Amino acid sequence: MPEYAWPPAAERRLLGKRIARLDGPGKVTGTVKYTYDLQPEGMLHGRILHCPHAHARVRRLDVSRAEGMAGVRALRVIHPEGSEIRWAMDEVLYLAADSEQIAADALAAVVVEYEVLPHFVDAEDRDGAPETRDDEEEVVGDPAAALAGAAHRHVGEYGLPTVAHNCLEAHGQVCSWEGDELTAWCSTQAVSALPAQFAERLGVPAANVRVRTEVLGGGFGSKFSVDRWGIECAELARAAGRPVKLMLEREPELTIAGDRPSAYARVELAADAEGRLVGWSSESWGSGGLAGSGSPPLPYVFAVPDRRHRHVSVPTHVAGSRAWRAPNHPQACFITLAALEDLAAAAGLDPLELVRRNLHLTGRLERIYRDELEIADRLMGWSRRWRPRPARREVGRWADGPRRRGLGLSVHTWGGRGHRSNCALTLHPDGGVDVRIATQDLGTGTRTAVAIVAAETLGLPLAAVRVHLGDSRFPASGASGGSTTIGGVASSTRRAAQNLLEDLFRRVAPQLEAGADELEARDGRVGVAGDPDRSMPWKRAAALAGPSPLVATGANPGPGELTESGVGGVQMAEVTVDTETGVVRVEKMVAVQDCGLIVDLETAESQVYGGLIMGISTALAEEKVIDPVTGRMLNVDFESYKLAGIADVGELVVHMMTGPGYDDRGAIGLGEPPVISPGAAISNAVANALGVRVPYLPLTPDRVLAALEDAVRAPATAGGSGGSA
Amino acid sequence: MDEGKRKDGGGRGGGPAGPEPVSPGLSRRSFLRGAAVAGLAAPELARAAEAAAGDPVRREHGVEVLGPGPVPVRLDVNGRVREVRVEPRVTLLDALRDRLGLTGAKRVCDRGTCGACTVLLEGRPVYACSLLAVQARGRRIETVESLGTPERLHPLQAAFVANDAQQCGFCTPGFVMAAKALVDRVPDPSVEQVHEALSGNFCRCGTYAGLRRAVAGAGQGGRDA
Repeated sequence: MPEYAWPPAAERRLLGKRIARLDGPGKVTGTVKYTYDLQPEGMLHGRILHCPHAHARVRRLDVSRAEGMAGVRALRVIHPEGSEIRWAMDEVLYLAADSEQIAADALAAVVVEYEVLPHFVDAEDRDGAPETRDDEEEVVGDPAAALAGAAHRHVGEYGLPTVAHNCLEAHGQVCSWEGDELTAWCSTQAVSALPAQFAERLGVPAANVRVRTEVLGGGFGSKFSVDRWGIECAELARAAGRPVKLMLEREPELTIAGDRPSAYARVELAADAEGRLVGWSSESWGSGGLAGSGSPPLPYVFAVPDRRHRHVSVPTHVAGSRAWRAPNHPQACFITLAALEDLAAAAGLDPLELVRRNLHLTGRLERIYRDELEIADRLMGWSRRWRPRPARREVGRWADGPRRRGLGLSVHTWGGRGHRSNCALTLHPDGGVDVRIATQDLGTGTRTAVAIVAAETLGLPLAAVRVHLGDSRFPASGASGGSTTIGGVASSTRRAAQNLLEDLFRRVAPQLEAGADELEARDGRVGVAGDPDRSMPWKRAAALAGPSPLVATGANPGPGELTESGVGGVQMAEVTVDTETGVVRVEKMVAVQDCGLIVDLETAESQVYGGLIMGISTALAEEKVIDPVTGRMLNVDFESYKLAGIADVGELVVHMMTGPGYDDRGAIGLGEPPVISPGAAISNAVANALGVRVPYLPLTPDRVLAALEDAVRAPATAGGSGGSA
Repeated sequence: MDEGKRKDGGGRGGGPAGPEPVSPGLSRRSFLRGAAVAGLAAPELARAAEAAAGDPVRREHGVEVLGPGPVPVRLDVNGRVREVRVEPRVTLLDALRDRLGLTGAKRVCDRGTCGACTVLLEGRPVYACSLLAVQARGRRIETVESLGTPERLHPLQAAFVANDAQQCGFCTPGFVMAAKALVDRVPDPSVEQVHEALSGNFCRCGTYAGLRRAVAGAGQGGRDA
């Protein structure tokens, strides 16, 4: 058995280098086909009738006119007369028709009447909720005593609303049957997991279901499930005997297909005279719809010695939440790092200094954070440029004009160990190499990373390796969630390629008059290590291996340490706030990020840029506005559900950690970590600029102005701290 | 987020407005969706469509009347004139994607806000979801497919790849076409000009850093570090 390991840094030809993504040319030319682009012969168009009410009973449903329309081929009722609907935009029925126009006409011909029932949608108002679910309180030590006796103490309330995933390619699929075999092209993050989900609900063997996803237009955690629309699309196709495409429209995409839970928290924390955290107490609540919400891991990153946390989940009449990049971490990070910054202000400390004095509470990430803080400090010029908050009495009486500038920082962590993954390598007698793996490339660079690992291991140029993914008939690989993909596919591919070499070396060793364990593959040749005269071209070695292809497989987990868990990241934000208009502008953000072994520097950096930008967008603008009166989401389009545009994101500086202690830890995922900190860093920068905390995200002008007004009206509290809840 | 950048709704933020004015008092969207079917309830549509099928384009009171059934539409796309039969309510975007197989332009918001469907009309960027196919008759349409192929990329597309200006890629063809309209006018744009020209397009993965480098550096070719 080979010794499974990553090559030492000096020997890496491709790993960690800046390599352009392989999926780039197909994307920039518009030639690659997404699920939304497919149009198999005879395809019908599926559409959904959604319920406009948050809570209702279907009083009357008459589909006879719709069903009788020319061109309507199948119709399936989800909510018959008498059934209860528990969130707005839930599906009443599905239909398939020859064209989208006919489908739209048919939906308009459905007669449906509702009995509207009482609803509850405002999770922030937990006292008004018909039902809450209390998690068990977590207590370490004696937080009450620690808080009571501390030198510096801060109490604050903070909150973040629900936000939408807003994938640009809506959720959906194209389903096509041949007999009792289903092929489903799905916009999914879970190619290997979907066949069983389809099969169970369609009553066919899982082996009869093939799921394909060549590319997908965004997932961000919202596309793990087959969803009801997947099953119903397959059922419509089965009923009509023709392929059906069904993609969500934008309103349901925003309303029911993406939701990051809200989180609100009351926090009390304290530090000793030297600024070392000694006590923490928090109570959080929030909702991600009917299922309620998960508990944010509070306190975040810092294991305060004496601490308590309790979470109350508030179910609402809103479609269920979905995993949104780094579930529960952006919430926990904002709540914790905002409270920490407020405490620093109360204690008269630079928050960078406060964080440094508490790194002993971050366990094995201590060294990583220390390194990263130093780099971030330099890239932002923090030590040179940071100034204390203006005093509370100065708020609104700016001597130097209405535009205020501030700096803020945050730290974050994530696991990211590689998931279960299988990979198969085929070496053809002509030397060609195919890699097959039933993973999916969300645009994160998975395809490119797999090619890099295979080519690096086999000593071949990148172009000599063809990667096939996105087909459930390939060896199974985990869903792409929780930053587990890169560690999983890199490890399984590395092991498969090392296994392939072992087999190949055994076959060609006699020709080279050497032992198999003396051979190596590099620069397109197979030969005795350190003896260039005893080598042969890769093609010749492949031909010698026999008339039929060699196949090798590799799995994760497996022998050897190729992936690990636990990364650290530091971010700093510089903002300007116009105190007359309340507009916050991110001038610059610095992200210093660790992810273990970097496979492709180019796409790794892109993940961090992407996380920063999505984080800026959620910090400044994003919020699902749900109307308490009607129970409906109001901002169901891009005019009113605001996203950051290219001019909104300021200067972005990304630094990836490499070298000893970093890239010798194996490949660790990167999709989640960089999106965690922006909310905290930006909010802290705004607090630093204004001298007052805007306690809720997003930092919209109305919230900024309200916080300023509160500060001007309310008598100053000691040291400018105290959340204005 | 920046209201100033997208205030013209159906037009393209930062770039030129929509291709032709829409009657006052009608929103672009209601115009698009309702014009050809005004006054007809859904069940009557199919019958009307059938009745009109024999004479889909006619003149009434000196005005050209189309539909409501499918009508022949000749589109000048990427240098070729191609004929499709679509109902007058079908958008240019859907005609391109569903009838001509040109799926580079994407349908995302379908209401003139996200830019994923950007194509060039007479060299100017427009949202293909906010034009009816019949409005584009006789006008020069360029889609992303008119540029390079994966094997032979247009220099602008090569700059996108070299600067990793795409992740999931769903918004990318729209950005390519918006950028094409810019660099055709301004071969070596400043970052501010790039921001203005691309403000009518959204990316959810967060590729703006790569986009800035790709388009602001397009004049130099290759990666702009």
